[in-house]
Amino acid sequence: MLIHEYQAKTLLEELGINIPEGHLAETPARAGQIARKLAENVILKAQILSGGRGKAGGIVLAKNPEEAEAAARRLLGKKLITAQTGNRGLAVTKILIEKALEIKREIYLGLAVDRKNERLVAIAGKQGGLEIEELSRLHPEHIKKEYFLPDEGLKPFQARKLAYFLELGDLTSKLFIEYLKKLSLFFVASDLKLLEINPLVLTAEDELVAADAKMDFDDCGLSRHPEIATLEDLSDESEQEKEARKYKLNYLKISGHLGCLVNGAGLAMATMDIIKYFGGEPANFLDIGGGVTEEAASKAFEILIEDPQVTSALINIFGGIVRCDLVAKGIVASARKVSPKKPVVVRMEGTNVAEGKKILEESGLPFHFVNNFEEAARLAVALSRT
Amino acid sequence: MSILLDENSRVLVQGITGKQASFHTQRMLEYGTKVVAGVTPGKGGQQHLGLPVFNTVEQAVKAEAPDVSSIFVPPLAAAEAVMEAASAGIKLIVCITEGIPVLDMLRAKKFLKEKGSLLVGPNTPGIISPGKSKVGIMPAHIHQPGSVGIISRSGTLTYEAVYQLTSLGLGQSTAVGIGGDPIVGLKFVDLLELFKNDPQTEAVVLIGEIGGTAEEEAAEYIKQSNYPKPVAAYVAGLTAPPGKRLGHAGAIIEGRLGSATDKLQRLQESGVQIIHNPARIGRTIKEVLSNLSQHL
Repeated sequence: MLIHEYQAKTLLEELGINIPEGHLAETPARAGQIARKLAENVILKAQILSGGRGKAGGIVLAKNPEEAEAAARRLLGKKLITAQTGNRGLAVTKILIEKALEIKREIYLGLAVDRKNERLVAIAGKQGGLEIEELSRLHPEHIKKEYFLPDEGLKPFQARKLAYFLELGDLTSKLFIEYLKKLSLFFVASDLKLLEINPLVLTAEDELVAADAKMDFDDCGLSRHPEIATLEDLSDESEQEKEARKYKLNYLKISGHLGCLVNGAGLAMATMDIIKYFGGEPANFLDIGGGVTEEAASKAFEILIEDPQVTSALINIFGGIVRCDLVAKGIVASARKVSPKKPVVVRMEGTNVAEGKKILEESGLPFHFVNNFEEAARLAVALSRT
Repeated sequence: MSILLDENSRVLVQGITGKQASFHTQRMLEYGTKVVAGVTPGKGGQQHLGLPVFNTVEQAVKAEAPDVSSIFVPPLAAAEAVMEAASAGIKLIVCITEGIPVLDMLRAKKFLKEKGSLLVGPNTPGIISPGKSKVGIMPAHIHQPGSVGIISRSGTLTYEAVYQLTSLGLGQSTAVGIGGDPIVGLKFVDLLELFKNDPQTEAVVLIGEIGGTAEEEAAEYIKQSNYPKPVAAYVAGLTAPPGKRLGHAGAIIEGRLGSATDKLQRLQESGVQIIHNPARIGRTIKEVLSNLSQHL
């Protein structure tokens, strides 16, 4: 679970880590007010859950309150499209307005779960402001990593190694080491997956300030951190994703028109893939899950078929624990309610497939029942084109 | 021969009195798996499904000598249940649970290393050696004994693959779900090694997906070891958008790492037969095996 920069900065502040002086604005007028209060050059930063804001014009310098208000007006209420957001972009409803820092030096500081090495890692980079992958590609010698495990923690000598690598000078090193200690403890205590301060700025006054902050929490750990769970921002979810969430359905909207409904994440991905393989464009990922109830299956179908972006659908159920007849009942109940005019191909196999097929055929609804996976995909794509 | 699990394996079920555990233990027993005991703290001394229930794994081990444990314990207690099993000397632990916090898995894996226990999962349907034993939640009836080894990160996609193979008369030696999480126990590489040394297995199918580097590591191992048996692979998620988690906790393309395209390329370069159409997993293996027999 990603949180916004302003939320991450609040958490950093609570840890005793310096952040720029700043406030949140939700209207252009407020932006102007804040700029006036800060009385200096300010930076306006669009608060969206995506990187690449700078290049997309989501980070703007303003020299006076009028400029700040104008910049806020341009940003607020619009969608910002960055290299990472895809064409849909993300809506800007909040802007963080901060006093611009007098930057002497920018460095990178990150903490992450290293999947390959199965350890936690603290990463220091001599250049801040670049994406760590880019820095790693261009100047691997400018990056140093120290590995640790959750309960052992990052040792002081490890923090010293990173500080001396960065050539921060005595006083700043001490501060850096203190920050790193706090951050590594916080990381473990909060079930984080990724924490990035990029850049960590050394100001003209020799202060160490987190100019930007990114935090990504482990979804599986959230139930033990209710106060962090409340920080979740779901405002960018599509309607379908919102509805699906209520029924514990895993729904992700993408860009095509052929909707899919599948049980199992791997099979759902494979279904999207086979649609593409035969020249179609999947509209979404939808995993109804292993313990799906008839009601949830019904809701899944309803959400899918009522999505205006979806013009035809492929249902692929391989029943293991999930019974084909249960899913069929759910789909039929839903179809009776919404009377889909869109072509629907249903492929079922596994537990109770014969019963499932019977239920679909006896419903009198215009489903195309195809038992074979490949044939079902071909037909679904063909129908999506008509 | 099969790997990891056979007709002699003695199986413990941790969390046995839970709803899911009860349902699946029943199915395991019906299949002929030697389930010997269960553990639910507080229910020790009771009988459940005709099996003795103990309070701790240590007690269960003393009484019934299981060598495999299956874990059906809720997410926030599951990693610790894994550690309990390892601590009691259980050598193979199959963790079905989905949703275990990543840091807990890091803790568990370190613990297991020190104890020398093997872990399959978490977030896995389990292991099945058809005709011999099943530990987990997979539908047994689609499986058939044979010579194809399966290693998969998925659940129902594995069943789809197995179904295709069985329909073509190609049985399976062992099918292992390594799980959909970012931090798992045995990986592709480990199981490829086991299959390599298993006389019953003639070919191996890898079913991968986006996220992480397990497939790339497998490709490297296959190349380095001059892997002596044919390997075919399907990697799900070619259509996956970057940065989004698709169902499984481990199924996410992060920055430059973990795309299906990269994985497929690396596997192909290592001589693995790539399956492009998931409806043709079975057919591809059949072709690979018949090509093999033609050359012999």
